[in-house]
Amino acid sequence: MKVILEVIIFTILVLGYAPFAIYVHRKLLGWMQGRVGPNRAGPYGLLQTIADTLKVLQKEEIIPANADTALFRIAPIIAFAPAFIVFAVIPFAPSLTFADLGVGLLFYVAVASISTIGVIAGGYASNNKWSLIGAMRAAAQMISYEIPLVLAALGVVLLAGSLNLNTIVEAQSRSVWFVIPQILGFVIFLIAAIAELNRTPFDLTEAESELVAGYQTEYSGVRFAFFMLAEYVYLLAMGGLIATLYFGGWLPPHPALAFIPGIVWFLLKALIFAFLPFWLQATFPRARVDQLMTFAWKWLIPLAMVNLVLTAMAKAWI
Amino acid sequence: MIRTEELVLNVGPQHPSTHGVFRLLVKIDGETIVEATPIIGYLHRGTEKLAEDLTYTQIIPYTDRMDYLSAMIGNYSLVHAVETLMGLEIPERAEYLRVIVMELNRIASHLVWFGTYLLDLGALTPFLYAFREREKILQLFAEISGARLTYSYMRVGGVKWDVPDDGWIGRVERFVDEFQRALEEFHTFVTGNEIVQARLKGVGRYDRETAVAYGLTGVNLRSTGVPYDVRKAKPYSIYDRFDFEVPVRTEGDLWARYLLRMEEMEQSRRIVKQAVKQFPSGGEIMARLPKLIRPPAGEVYVSVEMPRGEQGVYVYSEGKPHPYRLHFRRASFINLQILPKLLVGENIANMVAILGSIDIVLGEVDA
Repeated sequence: MKVILEVIIFTILVLGYAPFAIYVHRKLLGWMQGRVGPNRAGPYGLLQTIADTLKVLQKEEIIPANADTALFRIAPIIAFAPAFIVFAVIPFAPSLTFADLGVGLLFYVAVASISTIGVIAGGYASNNKWSLIGAMRAAAQMISYEIPLVLAALGVVLLAGSLNLNTIVEAQSRSVWFVIPQILGFVIFLIAAIAELNRTPFDLTEAESELVAGYQTEYSGVRFAFFMLAEYVYLLAMGGLIATLYFGGWLPPHPALAFIPGIVWFLLKALIFAFLPFWLQATFPRARVDQLMTFAWKWLIPLAMVNLVLTAMAKAWI
Repeated sequence: MIRTEELVLNVGPQHPSTHGVFRLLVKIDGETIVEATPIIGYLHRGTEKLAEDLTYTQIIPYTDRMDYLSAMIGNYSLVHAVETLMGLEIPERAEYLRVIVMELNRIASHLVWFGTYLLDLGALTPFLYAFREREKILQLFAEISGARLTYSYMRVGGVKWDVPDDGWIGRVERFVDEFQRALEEFHTFVTGNEIVQARLKGVGRYDRETAVAYGLTGVNLRSTGVPYDVRKAKPYSIYDRFDFEVPVRTEGDLWARYLLRMEEMEQSRRIVKQAVKQFPSGGEIMARLPKLIRPPAGEVYVSVEMPRGEQGVYVYSEGKPHPYRLHFRRASFINLQILPKLLVGENIANMVAILGSIDIVLGEVDA
């Protein structure tokens, strides 16, 4: 009973976060681009996302002719469900982890990669050439960037000696935050994470100016909202993972600040990294698809390997 | 046995990066383009034929709607042809007003190109920064001509409106001074960006001979090392009084064209700056002319430098109020012809970048 209650509360919290993230996204982009952003619906435009959600819910659901209907319907759910599931292993506060798995990090990576299947299925099922190209790009990109992502995270695992995210945080309380010994790994992880999340400059799967809307081209209404929701929830999940692996999760920056509850520190760090891609989006153009692949295979992966070997050597000799 | 097929992809006329109603049929193998067929004509209005039943003043609004991003220069190309045919003397003040609005319009046009090109490359913000600057120019144009886009400001023999108030010239000067900062900002944020350079350098390259053979003009030609700019090659209006350079590069790729357009904004800024300094304090803005303009029988061909290349105007007059035949050599239309050749072997991301670098305006392509 308690578990069910927890799950419901948690889901509502994450669902409540999404409109907030979308609002921050639009406001931040607005400020960076010399605009004001949403400011009509409600005070300071705070209700804009609610209004948009209501609009999206009312939309007629259009399924293209000759689309693979069953797959088309289920694809957004495949993409969106794992975004919530990965939160199970993320330690929000000292004793607040929904499933304290021994292989937490592995669980996160494994579940998150299921979303790729949703994206590919959605693009394939749409019976649209743009969607198909977007889906092909998604497949190539997400698979390519998962490798440096995991290799970079392995450095942290070596230092902490565990795949359990709680243990990783505790290990950081004994030494420094892992961003310092793992600075190279952190940079690789951050880049790979942004590519994994399909954010600018790696937003090739939905590249508007090239592919109209990529895999989402034929989606409208609620199903489109599912894809959007998955994107924003993943931002928080990835922010949480970065905070956990490299910035000490719920740990305060200094022991003197320990009177502030751990969850505040965690959310602060997670949100900074969840919102960082918005800044990048306002700054960078899009990389080209072949440059993206070259970058992953010729630069990030070898560098991640080097980082891993260096970490192992340091661990063995120091 | 795995069988692969080429995919026929229909790009446009409703695609975010075709800059209007341009359509492109591409055959792709994976993401590599095997063949590209441009399809144009969705915006064709038959300007040249319509003009045969219109008086010369009535044709001016049609030139607004050809290259709608540089309507001032489009206006000028027509009135310049008629004035040449009639051998008119244009009042000094009108010539200065013309140069000021034409060069401001060139900046505004390049700003639209800059913003939308970066959108094509996937950067959102430069678009808004560019339009913020363009808005200031449009405001100045609205003050002097009453319109933001389709000005119809020029007339045969001069310009329609004098400066709206004594402060207008001062506001132009303030704008050109401030615009230097904006240009520097663009260079800081965009030109120096690694991804921009990686996307543009070495892509969409052609050489000097190809450019000449295809009849390219404007930046598309100058990026291959040909220093041809009508303002210098066949000076018209009072361009010979200003000190400005024609930027030329030799790489012939997207990067060269990007840098040239950025540099042209700076040169236009210089021209406006000088024109404002020399602006005569008084005088007429229209030459003395009869109400109904009847150029003498004969033919004339003039060309002017539009932001997109050389616009030629051919007028055949029988001495009547209407032209017997009017032809426009539209730079966008001719520059576009090289597109299918450039696209073969490129991928879709480059397709968008190459199309953007040719810088077409569909109103002009389809006329």
